[in-house]
Amino acid sequence: MSLRDVVISGIGPVCGQGLGASALWQGLLDGRGRFGPIRAFDASAFASPFASEVPEDFKLRDYVPKSYRKAAKVMARDIELAVAGAQLAAQDAGVLTRARIDLEGIADRAPQYESPRMGAQIGAGLIASDLDELTSALAGARDQAGQFDIHLWGERGINDLTPLWLLKYLPNMLACHVTILHDAQGPSNTITCGEVSALHSVGEATRLIGRGAVDLCFCGGMESKINPMSHLRQIFTGRLLEASADIDPATALRPFDRKAAGSIAGEGGAILILEALETFERRRQEQTSLQAYARIKGYAATQTLNPKTRNLTPDSEGTAIAMAIRLALEDARIAPEDVDLVIPFGAGHPAYDSAERNALASAFGSALPELRICPIRPMVGLCGAGTGGLDLCAAVLALHHQAQPAVINCDEPLTDLNVASGPSRPAKIEHVLVLGTALGGQNAAIVLSRP
Amino acid sequence: MNTHPSRRRVVVTGLGWVTPLGHELEAVWRALLAGQSGIGPITRFDATTFPTRFCGHVKDFDWRPLVRDAALHDGILPNTAFALGAAAQAWKHAGLDRDGVAGGHRLGIYLGSGEGILDFESYVAANVGAWDESARRVNSTAWHEVAAARMKAAGEIEQEANMPLTHLALEFGAMGPCSNCLTACAASTQAIGEAAALLREGKVDVMISGGAHTMIHPLGVTGFNRLTALSTRNDEPTTASRPFSADRDGFVLGEGAGILVLETLDHAQARGATILAEITGYGSSADAFRITDMHPEGRGPVAAMRMALDDAGRSVDDIDYISVHGTSTHENDSTETQAIKTVFGTRAGSVPSSSVKSMMGHLIAAAGAVEAIVCILAIRDGIVPPTINLNKPDPECDLDYVPNEARKMKVDMCLSNNYGFGGQNNTLIIERFDHA
Repeated sequence: MSLRDVVISGIGPVCGQGLGASALWQGLLDGRGRFGPIRAFDASAFASPFASEVPEDFKLRDYVPKSYRKAAKVMARDIELAVAGAQLAAQDAGVLTRARIDLEGIADRAPQYESPRMGAQIGAGLIASDLDELTSALAGARDQAGQFDIHLWGERGINDLTPLWLLKYLPNMLACHVTILHDAQGPSNTITCGEVSALHSVGEATRLIGRGAVDLCFCGGMESKINPMSHLRQIFTGRLLEASADIDPATALRPFDRKAAGSIAGEGGAILILEALETFERRRQEQTSLQAYARIKGYAATQTLNPKTRNLTPDSEGTAIAMAIRLALEDARIAPEDVDLVIPFGAGHPAYDSAERNALASAFGSALPELRICPIRPMVGLCGAGTGGLDLCAAVLALHHQAQPAVINCDEPLTDLNVASGPSRPAKIEHVLVLGTALGGQNAAIVLSRP
Repeated sequence: MNTHPSRRRVVVTGLGWVTPLGHELEAVWRALLAGQSGIGPITRFDATTFPTRFCGHVKDFDWRPLVRDAALHDGILPNTAFALGAAAQAWKHAGLDRDGVAGGHRLGIYLGSGEGILDFESYVAANVGAWDESARRVNSTAWHEVAAARMKAAGEIEQEANMPLTHLALEFGAMGPCSNCLTACAASTQAIGEAAALLREGKVDVMISGGAHTMIHPLGVTGFNRLTALSTRNDEPTTASRPFSADRDGFVLGEGAGILVLETLDHAQARGATILAEITGYGSSADAFRITDMHPEGRGPVAAMRMALDDAGRSVDDIDYISVHGTSTHENDSTETQAIKTVFGTRAGSVPSSSVKSMMGHLIAAAGAVEAIVCILAIRDGIVPPTINLNKPDPECDLDYVPNEARKMKVDMCLSNNYGFGGQNNTLIIERFDHA
């Protein structure tokens, strides 16, 4: 697809299954959803009180050098998770960067890439302010009747906010902290396209490396919507399962099942390390045990036009999703029957699922019933801008381990879809197709192949 | 000129903007050349006790007559309204309303638009109403009760940063690659650079690109006031934005949108479009230094300018005009000056540069797109806009910033800079279109 070939050399997934590649892969093999009542705040009054949250034992200080602890105080949760993901990805890729040298205390070692040859393209969401922090300041601007008074706010209330408050919540701060920590001085971009942000980021990073602007790129996406404001917004989109407390969240998210009733929130995402094949190979001459996970073989982005819902759901035929699949296969120069596995968006929402099903049917035709489809939403949830990052990690790990992840919660699949529940199993996998669709109708399709 | 024969040339065929100085292409341009200020009191909310009480508002703007079907866009927030207004102008300017474009998937959109304005009143009512003073925290059950009742689902969804993009896609039928980047004040420059890259690679025939943003709302002004980034010259709003002046005290918030129609040269020529300029170079870098400060030597801006020049196959000797980021903060203006000196060497002092932020304020994510339009109009008309309010020279800022008066000059090639909080730096090279 590009002038230079691009490989994925490291992944840093962060999600309800845990941190790092092996935690995610274990969860995908076991087919276990890790959902529960929301821990971050009391969500019992919310229409959808469940989520898959990053495990409680996550400690940011395990991922940032001591010298950076002060800056860590101005990180929203999304930023913390991205910083952790980037550190994990660099470790996983076996590439030495400034952040690894600082964290691991190996000052005698040098970074393997020159700073301007490393870039960042990271997907991010609309980051909500920490309610307690902001409200403790807002509450100081109440009048005698206890009502918020904007005059009091302007006069004195705002001074109760930490001076750097705004910088916690700018979406580009994920990439900002990652580029500072790893000293990546090449092009830096932040994609804010809802659930396809991570896929678009990886697609654009591939083009960036392909055209020679950088040799290595931190990419992917990360988000936590597990706070009252973001979670309510997600509920407002109508995509989350409205669940009573007696529902079992581990079985309620049911992509492509005829009983699918909505998605469940997750948090996290993944940072991936992409490298030019040629510079990766150079690195491998000295680090002979290195192995690339996958080649990025094809990428396409399209836009849904569904005026009926103003693009809040795809059109019923999934027209633009099908177009993305065709264009990505064309870009990868492979035929539909060459695809061995699909990691779909698989939201578990009837309108999204049937559109994606129809798009797959249109693009794969008679090859569809044979094609294994492994949705991972029931294991990790719907993670905003991080969603596609986790889906790419699933594809990467399936290629690497030559195995299909388990499929759960699909007892009555939609017509012609090979997506019925079943355990993970070894499989010969050459090409994997990863799909994503955003609220707003942006779609992406990426083809990953064995390196 | 195209030094890379394998890649397609990218030309600009349509322009549109919605700004504090108006929302019609030529009228805004005339106001800029006349050195007018679009700055006045904040009217969107009661800012009378805020440290900063003035801004550059978009005034008297109605998007409804500009779109095909207003029902598609009912309930949009100001950022999306600005984007639609600017895009409708650009589309028409490009003659695409007349010609149409073939195939929805050959038309893409790449914006650098900001998030929509939050429903402050409902948000504060929920937050303050649910505040548990003794526990020092918000009770989420009480919060939910107020928030779910008061907040409107559509208004909350419209705040997502990809919503201007989504509405533009619906309005113009774009089915090709559509994306939004948000790299603070460098966003729409980055968007144009990335849109041009897609065209060069042949993935699309036409791209709508640019950005829209407003941070003129209570929490936006709060955030920038806390960073002490805003001017507080409340008594003299029209002269408060004074880039490169020794007595500058911060930037002035503006709002609006700038949208460009970009095409491959082949596509533009095949339909007989009027070609306004060519985009030949794009450079992007990260400071990777600190979250709050620019690198003191401006290493990121230097890298972005050099990368853009190299991309265009041009040298500093070719540049006639620089559209500077020039925010009117102490740090930006001196660091940017330093960076220009590093890149341009002995030529630095003789290349005119100016900042239209002195007149319309800082349009944040939309700034770069508006400034790219300024470059194109400067090439077309042979005149560059001034940096107004530049009355006290700063020894650290000693370049030719075209102080206070527009200047007639031949402009064939421009370099346009934008930088974002957090260290993103983007530069474009925009040239007079030449058939050769």
